[in-house]
Amino acid sequence: MKAETPDSVVFDIADGSVRALNQFLHGPMGPTQRVVVENPDGAHSIAVGVNAPIEIDIRGHAGYYAAGMNMHATVNIAGNAGPGVAENMMSGRVTVRGFASVSAGASAHGGLLVIEGDAGLRCGISLKGADIVVGGDVGAFSAFMAQAGRIVVCGDAAENLGDSLYEAVLYVRGEVKSLGADAQFEPMTDADRAAVASLLQAAGLAHDPASFRRVASAKQLYHWNADAKQEY
Amino acid sequence: MTTSNTGPAPVSREESATFDRKTIDYIQRAAASGLYEIRGLGAKRPVPHFDDLLFLGASLSRYPLEGYREKCSSKTVLGTRFAKKPVELEMPITIAGMSFGALSANVKEALGRAATEVGTSTTTGDGGMTREERESSKVLVYQCLPSRYGFNPDDVRRADAIEVVIGQGAKPGGGGMLLGQKINPRVAAMRVLPQGVDQRSAARHPDWTGPDDLVIKILELREITDWKVPIYVKIGATRVFNDVKLAVHAGADVVVVDGMQGGTAATQTTFIENVGIPTLAAVRLAVDALEDLNMKGQVQLIVSGGIRSGADAAKALAMGADAVSIGQGVLFALGCNSETYVQGGQHISAVQDYAALGTAPGFCHHCHTGRCPVGVTTQDALLETRLEPAVGAKRLRNYLKTMNMELTTIARACGKQNVHHLEREDLVALTVEAAAMAGVPLAGTSWIPGHG
Repeated sequence: MKAETPDSVVFDIADGSVRALNQFLHGPMGPTQRVVVENPDGAHSIAVGVNAPIEIDIRGHAGYYAAGMNMHATVNIAGNAGPGVAENMMSGRVTVRGFASVSAGASAHGGLLVIEGDAGLRCGISLKGADIVVGGDVGAFSAFMAQAGRIVVCGDAAENLGDSLYEAVLYVRGEVKSLGADAQFEPMTDADRAAVASLLQAAGLAHDPASFRRVASAKQLYHWNADAKQEY
Repeated sequence: MTTSNTGPAPVSREESATFDRKTIDYIQRAAASGLYEIRGLGAKRPVPHFDDLLFLGASLSRYPLEGYREKCSSKTVLGTRFAKKPVELEMPITIAGMSFGALSANVKEALGRAATEVGTSTTTGDGGMTREERESSKVLVYQCLPSRYGFNPDDVRRADAIEVVIGQGAKPGGGGMLLGQKINPRVAAMRVLPQGVDQRSAARHPDWTGPDDLVIKILELREITDWKVPIYVKIGATRVFNDVKLAVHAGADVVVVDGMQGGTAATQTTFIENVGIPTLAAVRLAVDALEDLNMKGQVQLIVSGGIRSGADAAKALAMGADAVSIGQGVLFALGCNSETYVQGGQHISAVQDYAALGTAPGFCHHCHTGRCPVGVTTQDALLETRLEPAVGAKRLRNYLKTMNMELTTIARACGKQNVHHLEREDLVALTVEAAAMAGVPLAGTSWIPGHG
């Protein structure tokens, strides 16, 4: 159900009308357009494929793939987000005030994903250039095969952080239960501390950048048995 | 097995069937290197295939159509279940997904040009959509793969269909592999990875797990594309009956089933040869699943894996497929394993270059090295010029036209005005194995093994 107020368009999707919402979001948009989503109630695919510099407020919990493939939009989720929030995001910003389920920011190419609570398993899996800031903890296998981009974890990381990591860089403030294959701790440089400081500031989180540790790829999996004389 | 056919071999020179020369070579290579072999193309072992089926042409009990004069339609529509704009093709022979990275940009352009000329579709691959293939292809299917290399919403919106790839016939259960030597700057940039680094594509998708999640993933893709384009789901042939049912349940418009003879750009030989089931068995299982769900005709079936000719396509259609997809056939049409390549109209020998790879025309499967002697599966700036897009497009157009004419020839002979009217009843099998797999009677009998 769609209604218009002086400063925004309001979609109440209690009736399941995600389709009408997304169709509207894919249409022509003014640059200052603001869209409010009432009663999301965990619906899937809210505000996916948006390609405009607009602001979208989701006033509740979102299901799978909220803000999936986002370009340019600023999306605020007042509650928790289901699997794959901001998956394959290209640009813009997605903020989750609560917790995020598995695969948050999966394969995201650009933009900023802020999760104020904890993130589940595989946060930042296959990351391709986006930045992710998690206020709480991240689950196991976070940053699995992450190719590019940065992940800041203000809490703890569960097992196998950064497994099969490529060029993405991870910063963790709390405990790391274990590192995954080919991931290693590296010294923090001034550039790292500056990067963490700017990401924390963007996320609105106050922590000392010096309290973070850097995790990056040891690059031992970059070449398949490169030292061996082989037939492949 | 390699045995001499120049007369009876003396006992003193008897070759072992179990440990033949090929097997000994394999063992000794493994012993020397400590590594398994990685190669391109598909399974080389003999398996029951479409060669083991024959058509029952029309006679007194069936009325044939006059070749060349009476019309036989090959128009094909894919994606009629949910998509606002189904894919409409002039022939049921499509071009399978092959990655930019495995293939050069010239080749991708040639595929698009040829497909557009004959009215069929091409497919992207692991590595994203190139400008060349989008511009040259009227109908382009965009793959959504576990790696998500180069996957982006602009290309999603530019696509004519989306294919969610669960697996492929050459390596069901395995991820992709693009070895560092094929990663030139453009390929590296598209995949967001450093140049020269081996790219181990994941075996599972990053943002969904299992068939219930796939339902939601497909809905997301539909929402992003405003329900306009068909969503295909591609599976490597293993437990086909169950997998096809799950794909249909997940909301696929089209299911693509790729048998074990399907090709790859680079996979372990042991994987290619020992995992998956033959295309012949896969087609029947897929059709059984659609019939069991009463979804035949609502969800279209594309079959791939070792499709070479119009006869293969006709047999797949008769067994119940709606279309076939070809990959390796495309490469051979372009000149893969040819002794020569063409430059400015002149044929130039590539035999020395095959020899440098330790192989010869007819046997080469060195796609993974990026040193393709005829410029098909390479990213090398010099080698890729050996395939001129115009030459490649013409060869491929000719091949596709030939296949479609063969297909309609067989359909007419069976009395069909439409290639999609070919049916299982038109087929018999030459071997007990093929009869059992395809579910058609052994020729000259009414016996279908497993059915009484």
